[in-house]
Amino acid sequence: MKSIREINEKIKAGQAVVVTAEEVIELVDKKGARKAAEEVDVVTTGTFGPMCSSGAYFNIGHSKPRIKIGGGSCKLNDVPAYCGFAAVDIYLGATAIPDDDPRNKVFPGEFRYGGGHVIQELVAGKDVRLEASAHGTNCYPRRRLETYINIKDLNEAVLFNMRNCYQNYGVAVNLSDNMIYTYMGALKPSLGNANYCSAGQLSPLLKDPCYKTIGIGTRIFLGGGVGYVAWNGTQHNPGVKRRNNGTPVASAGTLAVIGDLKQMKSQWLVGTSMLGYGATLSVGIGIPIPVLNEEIIRYASVKDEEIYAQVIDYSHDYPNMTGRVLAEVNYAQLKSGRITIKEKEVPAGNLSSYSRARQIAEELKSWIARKDFLLTEAVAPLPGPESGYAFRPLKERPPVF
Amino acid sequence: MVSKRIVLHFPRRLVDQPIIYKLVRDYNITFNILKASVTPQEEGLMVLELGGEDDDFKKGMEYLKSCGVKVQPLSEDVVRNETKCTDCGVCVPICPTGALEIDPITRKVSFYDTKCIACELCVKICPTKAMEVHF
Repeated sequence: MKSIREINEKIKAGQAVVVTAEEVIELVDKKGARKAAEEVDVVTTGTFGPMCSSGAYFNIGHSKPRIKIGGGSCKLNDVPAYCGFAAVDIYLGATAIPDDDPRNKVFPGEFRYGGGHVIQELVAGKDVRLEASAHGTNCYPRRRLETYINIKDLNEAVLFNMRNCYQNYGVAVNLSDNMIYTYMGALKPSLGNANYCSAGQLSPLLKDPCYKTIGIGTRIFLGGGVGYVAWNGTQHNPGVKRRNNGTPVASAGTLAVIGDLKQMKSQWLVGTSMLGYGATLSVGIGIPIPVLNEEIIRYASVKDEEIYAQVIDYSHDYPNMTGRVLAEVNYAQLKSGRITIKEKEVPAGNLSSYSRARQIAEELKSWIARKDFLLTEAVAPLPGPESGYAFRPLKERPPVF
Repeated sequence: MVSKRIVLHFPRRLVDQPIIYKLVRDYNITFNILKASVTPQEEGLMVLELGGEDDDFKKGMEYLKSCGVKVQPLSEDVVRNETKCTDCGVCVPICPTGALEIDPITRKVSFYDTKCIACELCVKICPTKAMEVHF
């Protein structure tokens, strides 16, 4: 048994033993969980993939004369941002696209530029064009504003993502006779390919599957900088069926995360376009898991072969919420590039970059080794598997006239 | 015997001439059309796999150039922008010729331009627009 405070003392003394979520697998295999738990202090995880419920808020500073963008409208490089706040606070969502984007009018639309791309450009230090209009008041007389802004001049630039880091995810296939274009990528007809989206054995919430250490307030690697877990993510669904190793068989937990955008890097926040679907942001996240006891290292050492995902048809079952599952496959099978569904061999591709997830786990490990990053106690736990917290579908109640 | 994948650019004035026919008849060259796009009164572009005896092949290429056709090796056309690629690998199962592969150990994506037939499927589906066409 170790405490987070003890682990932090070791980090400060440069004596902490830190391994990645890949390295811990081999270590536990070789030495056993008890011995490994004594030796290892921290396991670092990582994930890098498209995460649509991401965005950033900015305080752009007051112009002379003043303008109240709040309640008006505003665009960043033509991408509309939300401004239902005070005078110069705006929030830009990753999937927002310019009003004149042709969308899916010529199918499949390309969605080459959206909120995620604007965020990446801001982080890269590029100037971004802001255009705002307002109704004008006695105290905020100005009605129009057009200016270039740069992240270094903004009062605040904060990445605040309401759902990231999905704990496991379905594998998308297409049973229909036509090509389909989904948020899981282009899916060829008749089981032509299978797309998945998880770092598997490196993915943060799959390595602490029952949220024993990751909670509200946990300090994390976010977009190349330091961030925090702010809350459970939207659609957090901890009660799904789990295997004996704690991992859920379907998408379960999620995280809401926050961090100062100014210290993040454009390499880890990448504007992303899903053909025929929309624009989004690929986000890099890494979470340290303090090895407090043997149980935690057992969870952290779960490997790809032991983590399963459900194969779901995106031509009919997903859009219509039928709940049908075609098969269950593990991440070792997915990573081999070939899985078998309905006796057919189907090539599999990942939307989430495993090599980048590995790089993030390594980077976080080096931050801790350099004493640049200390672990935090969670302020409050996330709703756990037994909490009864659940993700519900919409109950439609159409108004009657 | 040589066999090469090449891109031919036909200027506007050549679009209505039977150049490939002459290439086959006079120079004994075999061809497999991988891609063709001809816009009358504008220009033509063909991606071909051409084959023949060394001497014939050389003379055939000279004939094409003498007509004013621009000849370019195929591998120069589809390129991967290394700074944009995140090595996710979603392009791998989409590629019909196995020109995109993911290394089982490093999990990084390799692009073998010699296997590429410039179908551009990867160009369209790449989420970070890392696959680029340079015709």
